[in-house]
Amino acid sequence: MTFCISRRSFLQGLSALVVGFRFDGALATELLTPDRSVEQMQKSLDVRQLDAWLAIRQDGQVIVYSGKVELGTGVETALRQIVAEELCVLFESTVLIQGDTQLTPDQGITAGSKTIQVGGAQLRRAAASARQYLLDEGARRMGLDKSMLDTIEGCVIYRGDPSGRYVRYTDLLTGGAFDSPVGESFSIRESKNYRIVGQSVPRVDIPAKVFGQFRYVHDLSVPGMVHGRVIRPPITGASRLDGLKIENLDASELPAGARLIYEGNFVGVVAEQEWVAMQAARALKVTWSYTSTLPNPGDLYDRLRHVAGKPEVLIEYGDVSEHMGQAAHVISAEYRWPFQNHDSIGPSCAIADVRADSATIWSGTQGVYPLRSALADLLRLDREAVHVIYSQASGCYGHNGADDAAGDAALLSKYCGRPVRVQWSRADEHGWNPKGPAMLMQLQGGMNASGDLIAWHFQNWTPTHVTRPNAKAGAASLLAGQLSQGLVVQGPNAGGDRNAVVNYTLVNCRVETHWIDPLDSPLRPSALRGLGAVANTFANESFMDELAWAASVDPLAFRLRYLQDPRGRVVLETVVQQARWTPRSMSRRRWTGELAQGRGVSYVQYENENAYVAVVADVAVSLAGVRINRITVAHDCGLIVNPDGVRNQIEGNVIQATARTLKQEVTFNPTGVTSLEWGAYPVLAFHELPEIDIVLIDQPDQPSVGAGEATSAAVPAAIANAVFDATGLRLRQVPLTRERLTEAMQT
Amino acid sequence: MSMHVLIVNDTTYEIDVDPRTPLLYVLRNDLGIISPKFGCGLSECGACTVLADGRPVRACCVPVGSLASQKIVTVEGLGTPERPHPLQQAFIDEQAAQCGYCIPGMLMSAQALLAQNSSPTDEQVRQALAGNLCGCGTHIRIVKAIQRAAGIMRREEGRP
Repeated sequence: MTFCISRRSFLQGLSALVVGFRFDGALATELLTPDRSVEQMQKSLDVRQLDAWLAIRQDGQVIVYSGKVELGTGVETALRQIVAEELCVLFESTVLIQGDTQLTPDQGITAGSKTIQVGGAQLRRAAASARQYLLDEGARRMGLDKSMLDTIEGCVIYRGDPSGRYVRYTDLLTGGAFDSPVGESFSIRESKNYRIVGQSVPRVDIPAKVFGQFRYVHDLSVPGMVHGRVIRPPITGASRLDGLKIENLDASELPAGARLIYEGNFVGVVAEQEWVAMQAARALKVTWSYTSTLPNPGDLYDRLRHVAGKPEVLIEYGDVSEHMGQAAHVISAEYRWPFQNHDSIGPSCAIADVRADSATIWSGTQGVYPLRSALADLLRLDREAVHVIYSQASGCYGHNGADDAAGDAALLSKYCGRPVRVQWSRADEHGWNPKGPAMLMQLQGGMNASGDLIAWHFQNWTPTHVTRPNAKAGAASLLAGQLSQGLVVQGPNAGGDRNAVVNYTLVNCRVETHWIDPLDSPLRPSALRGLGAVANTFANESFMDELAWAASVDPLAFRLRYLQDPRGRVVLETVVQQARWTPRSMSRRRWTGELAQGRGVSYVQYENENAYVAVVADVAVSLAGVRINRITVAHDCGLIVNPDGVRNQIEGNVIQATARTLKQEVTFNPTGVTSLEWGAYPVLAFHELPEIDIVLIDQPDQPSVGAGEATSAAVPAAIANAVFDATGLRLRQVPLTRERLTEAMQT
Repeated sequence: MSMHVLIVNDTTYEIDVDPRTPLLYVLRNDLGIISPKFGCGLSECGACTVLADGRPVRACCVPVGSLASQKIVTVEGLGTPERPHPLQQAFIDEQAAQCGYCIPGMLMSAQALLAQNSSPTDEQVRQALAGNLCGCGTHIRIVKAIQRAAGIMRREEGRP
């Protein structure tokens, strides 16, 4: 069935738009640029212009244009709160248009917990600047001095006039547009006057989601659309697709109505009916030859060490070698983090309509502009001829298959001359999406005779965490480009050094990262929630714990010795108060598998300059494995825009990070990824839920920083430290499975 | 292909389809009922859960030919924005969604549970949702929302 929406019904309200349904760009531009026709203007995309960010319709509706998109984290609501607050309009009068290369400014990718921190700040600045513009216009129109005016609910008002002289914003704009740059200087409203920011405004997207009316990219349909599936080679998920060659392609069993499409090693089928396309994908017999470059699973961490390049020294002060040499105690430890996956319940999906000289693509991508560059290269079209429209997908938490599915759909559409919808299978997503990289962390700490930490040496081995689409990589960043044109995955060294450096005040310290080229990573690496911060903080905060126990000091007290940042101390002190922390002391008894309770603490300042998080984990350990009873979090992300939204994010972080710490490991053998469904690579189940206790520390006078990832970095070490507290066993390899626990018990 | 009668949300449809086609594709592509989601095609994740004669079934696997004369209910048949089902209202009140992709399946599994047991314990709720996966980590809110709805439904039916 094709879902059609008439122009008339669209004009009757923007509600259709709120649920994420989109049209061809020209129509959308005409409709969404208030009171102007396409002929008269092109929607401004210049970030220096107010019109790139905001427009006010004649009916008072404020349109917010955001290049940062709603991935399911609640930012659609929070960004509207920010604009409504700063522009002095009702929250209900705002609407957000997101992620569209013809309508929204280029704000890069929606990632790194930066939507409120960066995108929100940009919109706040635009809204504040727009308010100044309206005050200036109001003053001119009313013949009054600007200082006598104020703004309220979409009007400029004269404060000194009891009869309430006012002029509406809509009457101050020509055709709803500002035609003015974003100002250099403008006043931002004081946080003590906030009415909308700081409130738990209910999320605008949830009602449509519970009534089954929300249209994800999976639910879109365009006229003439056919269904496509891609048939993948062996060596599932490998970075190198070396020596890959199709030896034989037998389409004799293809069901009626299905069509085979291939270019190079890219093989797909299309059919009118989705079920027929699925059967066709199964009926197609492809024989491949290939060379496996994947290590045996047991050799993964050795491989990482061996393929790494020269280390990059991230920070160095004092003389580590000398003081390590003089230390009374030197402690060393090595921590391991596996390849991990994205947990998107809906596998990636995209629709592409590729014509001879243009293309329109609907995608759940985290970056419509970077994807546009990659697709233009793949399709050999001008960038401007490619229109990418964001449509929400299942929660992604990083670079999952969304961009690749768009590439698949684009290539199939190019060859079949029809719009194509590609829906990845579960095995496609578990197997072929880029993986959060495996990492190896080595730490060495030196203490003097009084138990003071006098030397700290951290090094890690990590593939880059960023092989996302970008203009430079072009089609090489898409599986479709890699398979059809033999291009190879690439990316700058990034992400693996995140939070490698600790925020403790240390006297002699060296931190270095051994980068691994993406092509040398066994599995194709890219961004997964928190990037390297999660593994690095697992290592750093486990090691702080090891040092504390070695010095016979309570792990909390040990951290506070070296933590000077007052906001950092506050989150740590808050979390331990909330969790009723009592100083830990070592049981001398050797753990033999009986049920044991333990608690651990962990602290991080995300990216060394953003949100402060401290976590206490309460665990129960038995021969059945590790169970998390309770996670207590204290969290300071500056000014909180939407407290319930932040809580929802923290809960999600805790639950996902618990799964990552206890359960999740992408398994593979020399022929590729073997964990291809939820049994082999699970998420946390309902019966495994910890209780979660969250304390939010609001800082109304501090800038808002991201809340989408920070907690994920702090949770793993808190759990591992609690396991040690319970059992005396130090588990240094994630996931902390029952098998690893038993193994540690026996050695 | 052959003709099949399907009763979905109290509407009777006659469709010409291969009887082996899983219900999910008929609902989504032929009938335009989009709340059941494709998640795994393996009956593992529950995103496609619908009710067939009151039983939760995984639409991604159950062949449409096996459902003759059974009453299928999806989220669209639970309630509407004007007349929300208590479960839908409770999910809104508890803000029990992040990306929301799993939510239709959660709602249908919860509806099947509450039809059998109007006063479930948290443990029973978690048990009933054992076959529904959430990747965003909204679990705690989902359990709370189901308990809130259960309370409202008990009050509406005059039970304690």
